[in-house]
Formats: sequence, C-alpha cells, structure tokens
Amino acid sequence: MSAAGTIVQFDNVGLRYGTGAETLSDLSFSLREGGFYFLTGPSGAGKSSLLRLLYLAQRPSRGLIRLFGEDIVTMPRGRLPGFRRRIGVVFQEFRLVPHLSAYDNVALPLRVAGVEEKDLETPVREMLAWVGLGHRSSARPATLSGGEQQRVAIARAVIARPELLVADEPTGNVDPEMAKRLLHLFDSLNKLGTTVLVATHDLHLISRVARAEMLRLDRGQLLDPTGALRNPPRGPSA
Amino acid sequence: MKAGNRRFGAADRRLLPEGRLAGPMPWVIAIMMFLTVLAAAAGLGLGTAASSLSANVGQRLTVQLVEANPDRREAEAAAAVRKLQGMSGVAEVRRLAPEEMQKLLEPWLGSGGLEADLPIPALIDVDLNPGAPGIETFRSAILAVAPSARVDDSAAWLAPLAKLISALRMLAGALVVLMILASAATVVLAAKAALDTHRNTIEVLHLMGSTDVQVARLFQRRIALDALFGGLLGLIGAGIVLLLIGQRVGALGSELLGSAGLPALSWALLAALPLAGVLLAMVVARFTILRALGRML
Repeated sequence: MSAAGTIVQFDNVGLRYGTGAETLSDLSFSLREGGFYFLTGPSGAGKSSLLRLLYLAQRPSRGLIRLFGEDIVTMPRGRLPGFRRRIGVVFQEFRLVPHLSAYDNVALPLRVAGVEEKDLETPVREMLAWVGLGHRSSARPATLSGGEQQRVAIARAVIARPELLVADEPTGNVDPEMAKRLLHLFDSLNKLGTTVLVATHDLHLISRVARAEMLRLDRGQLLDPTGALRNPPRGPSA
Repeated sequence: MKAGNRRFGAADRRLLPEGRLAGPMPWVIAIMMFLTVLAAAAGLGLGTAASSLSANVGQRLTVQLVEANPDRREAEAAAAVRKLQGMSGVAEVRRLAPEEMQKLLEPWLGSGGLEADLPIPALIDVDLNPGAPGIETFRSAILAVAPSARVDDSAAWLAPLAKLISALRMLAGALVVLMILASAATVVLAAKAALDTHRNTIEVLHLMGSTDVQVARLFQRRIALDALFGGLLGLIGAGIVLLLIGQRVGALGSELLGSAGLPALSWALLAALPLAGVLLAMVVARFTILRALGRML
C-alpha cells in the first residue's frame, strides 16, 4: 500500500483497442484505501473497460496505473497473479465455470490461493448461505437462474476477503430485496477494510450507501474535469 | 504453501471437465504407439540378428583344399590343420568328415553315395576369437603349407546381408523418430484445442490469480492420462502382433529369421515406450501451454 493510503492511482491513462479511437482517455483519479465508490455512466461510456484495467485483465495503451502502491503497467506478468489474488471481481456476465457446482465456483479463489480443503468448507458454505444459496451448493450454473448465478459470482468475488472489490453491475439480475442484501454484504466488507468499486446504472442503489463516492464516466472520460471524486454522492443529477 | 507453487489437489482437478477419453487424442496416440512399438521391435530384432550373425558366422574361415591327388590333398589338409591350430586368434579348427561332405553334396549329386574317383575338396572350418588377425595373415600361412588351399572369409559373403540388416535397422530407427515427432505434433494440437475449449475457464482462473504453472499442470495431467491410456492400448496391440509373428517365425525353423528374436531386455525397452510417451506428452503439453499462456496478460 502507498504511504498516503491510496490503493489505486490513475494518471493520464488511455486505452485503445487495436487501431480504433481511444475507449478511455486521460483518466486521472485515485481511490483511497477503505473507500466505497460507485462508477456510473451511460452504456458504452467505458465503465467495463475501466474495470478491466483495475482487475488486471488489460494493460493501458498509455499513462500510469499504480495499484497497491506499485506500477502495474510495466510490472512483469509473472508478478501479476499475486496482485490479482488481492482483488475480487464480479463480472457483468458472471463468468462462472460451467462444469463446476456453485460450491466449487465459490471455493475457486481459495483453492487458487492455496487454502487446504479442510479449511475452506466452512467459509464456502457460510458464504453460500449468506447469499441465500445454501440449498443449491451442488447445482451447476446452467441449472441456476440469472439472479442465482449472479449471487454465486458475488460470493466467489468476496470469499477470499479481497483488499479491492470490483463489481460490474452486480445487482442487475436480482430482485430489490436481494440487491439490498448484496449491497449490505459489500458494505460489511468495506467496513472491514475492503475498498469497493461498483459499476452500476442503479441510482437507487447509489443512494443507499451514504458515505460512497462517485466517478462518472462518459465517452471514455471522467466528467469531473479535475478528476476529483464527489463526496458525498450528489444523486441523479451528478 | 505459496500459491504460485501449489499443485491443484484432487478437488481442483475438476477445474477441467471430466471425461478424459473425449476427443481423438488417446486413439491417435494408441495408433502411434502401436506403430512405434512395431518399428522399435523390428529394429531391436534386427539388432539381435546382426549380433547373432556376426558372432556365429562372421568370426569364421572356411579352408577348401582343391588338390585333385587324394594323397597330396590329405597331406595338405593335415598340414593346414596343424598350422591353424598353432596360430593365435584361432578358437577351433575342425575338418569336415567324409559323411558331412556327402551330406553337403547330396542336393547336387544325389543320395547314392560319392564315386570313389570323384575328387572332392577337403573342407576345414575355423572359428576365430574376437580380435583375431585378418584373413590375409591366415591365407599366407596356409598357402605356405598347402598350396592348393582356398581361404574364404565368411564375413565377406555376409557383408551384403549385414548391410541390408543395417539399412533396415536405420529405417526402423527413422520410423521410430518420425512416430515420436508425429506423436509430439498430436499432443501440441490436442493441447491447443484444449486451451481453446477451456479458454473461458483459464481466463477466470488467471483473473483469480492462478499462475501459468498451476494452469499448465491441470492440462499436463489430463494429457498425460490420455497418453497413458493410448500408449498402453498401442503396446498391448503391438505385443499381441509381435507374439503372433514370433510363433510364425518359430514354425519356419529358419536359423537366420529365428535369430531375430527379442531378448528380455528388448521386451523391457518396448514396455517402457508408453511411459516414455507419457513423459514426452507431458513435456510437450507443458511447453505448448506455457507458451500459449505467456501470450495472455
């Protein structure tokens, strides 16, 4: 972690796919350790691309990104797995492993991190119960509804208590009650020290976390010309 | 254990779908192993035949005494035997008895017995020790005491056969090498196909912090199991064929073909081929997968 408590720092970051126009341009902002952030913007604004940079699925075309205090743009790829294990990701399309049960999907980050089998059963079962899927632990993703798959994806993202949680539309397929529960889960994790960044269109969701800060993205650029974050969020007008 | 060095355990092996015999790779490996074992067996059998030929016939001289006068022929034969017995490098000297000569000539002269006045050469078989002097040394020594002697080196008339055996052994070796290369290419294609099939799972594992080595081990294990199954199947098939061929050759009663048998060590080498195939498959799969993963972020 950087000395100033900054967990993510973007400095003039641009991202271009192939030879097309820049998807993200001149992004400069920082997220502080332990913060709760919402990322908003219309469809096609570049939210998912920004998240891909954050969860290390992509390197930027230009600019500097510091994560956990280290420059990850020039970092050798052999060091990236260690950084990825510190990040939890909820993908918009869930990306559950199709031939694994809900239990095995949730257990995946712990197994990757080297947790012994005897030590992972309790937390995995507790996490599945927490997202309301304790009774469906042996079900495969294809047999789960969209909302259930999303809850498995969220359970998988938070099971290893990541330092940074990145979620792309995490409540898009669940009913309002479940959305509230999931947001409460993110909130609890955040209070335990996890930095949370949630990309969402759901303004109602944003208003539920009073201390959350907001980044607004449009056509690949942060709307606030200074790159500073709104705190507290201003609601729909922001 | 440090996560990057951790092997996936039994539960993690499910990260790739079960059903390791899906796809053509085990069957292609089985065919390759079948042909490899047959080619290797041919090479080893020919090697045994070449050694046997060299040991039994190659170290031998034949001395013919073609003097028409029976008394002088007998005198020269006795002198040649004495001379040979006294020379270094000679293991055994044996003059063929008249009955053996009659048996040798029977195909041409019939079984009615030899005419008394028919001049039959005297034959002397000489077995040499390894490292014996060259044929010229023996020829000059024998001619000094038996001017009508003709000295034949068995190795000379065996040379074309030895060359043929050597060429066939090289061909068998080349076939084995080609089979190994084809098997390696099969593994490369299978590994690439597996990577494409499971790309989504691999990406998810990567994004959760799996190292390339962790992911490669999953594929290595799966490909090793396929190679082991195919290898054993090919070995069993080839073993059955070799046993049947051995029985047929044994029924022929040919000394030359019979000498091309497989000793226990050769069978052990053939049995080790599937294990070598598994090792090759694991190394090739690991290299292919790590190379492909290296192109991902």
